[in-house]
Amino acid sequence: MNRRLYGALGLSALTAMLVALYMVFVWVPTEADQGIVQRIFYFHVPCAWVAFASFGLVAIAGIFYLWMGTQIWDDLGYAAVEIGMLFCTLVLITGSLWAKPIWGTWWTWDSRLTTTFVLWLMYGGYLMLRTIADDTEQIARFAAVIGIVAALDVPVVIVSVRLWRTIHPAVLVTRQGGHGLEDPRMVVTLLVSLAAFTLLFAWLLLLRFSELRMRTRLATLARDIALARFRAGAA
Amino acid sequence: MEHLGYLFVAYSIIFAAIFLYVAFIWRRQSFLERELDALRKRLDALNDLKAGEEAPSDRSS
Repeated sequence: MNRRLYGALGLSALTAMLVALYMVFVWVPTEADQGIVQRIFYFHVPCAWVAFASFGLVAIAGIFYLWMGTQIWDDLGYAAVEIGMLFCTLVLITGSLWAKPIWGTWWTWDSRLTTTFVLWLMYGGYLMLRTIADDTEQIARFAAVIGIVAALDVPVVIVSVRLWRTIHPAVLVTRQGGHGLEDPRMVVTLLVSLAAFTLLFAWLLLLRFSELRMRTRLATLARDIALARFRAGAA
Repeated sequence: MEHLGYLFVAYSIIFAAIFLYVAFIWRRQSFLERELDALRKRLDALNDLKAGEEAPSDRSS
């Protein structure tokens, strides 16, 4: 059943991605001021959306892990944080590639960029903790707390363009209200890209989560074997 | 077509990163599946051994 679900989700994500690519490179009109490089936007924003959704899920999984103490929540949080880090890294890279021709610099300590970088650093710390330390219950609890605290930065990143002076465009809701996209086709393309990335996120999460569940089962089985050997030796 | 290079690099990096991550997951998953099968076989062998040791004593009692 799981393999069918993976297959269906993977195929849906691939199809949606191909449609999104067609729309980005063929269908949508070129933005008047920025030219062709503005098309980075159609994958830059969905990458940010997946990163934020992942980190939100890490926080939820962390809360449930601290509350219930069951391994499944820890596995879910670990799977989500990896995907969040992947897409947060892509947001920073694609943003930098977009900034260079438009702002004339690869990086600036703007409020949106800085808060996103802080988010990346915090979840980088989470991943380092999980990679370096042993898989103990205490480490899982520490990681859950980091996951919850770091997620508090997500709303800060979102509202940063409205709270502080910034050169980063407020695309979805501008300071004047409304959105910053001049043509309805731009909105449709963005929505299709968001849908494609949401499917991709679900697929990647399912793959990584099932792998972590398998790792947990493996550890349980190894413990059972050690116990059976010990009993056999004792007898 | 100014700045086409930036656009090309941005999309290439996105797809390369996703592809590498999926390859990483698949590699680990197939490794874990093999490991799980091997452990299951070892556990079955241990259980068979235990059952074989217990069978003669059951008959004698």
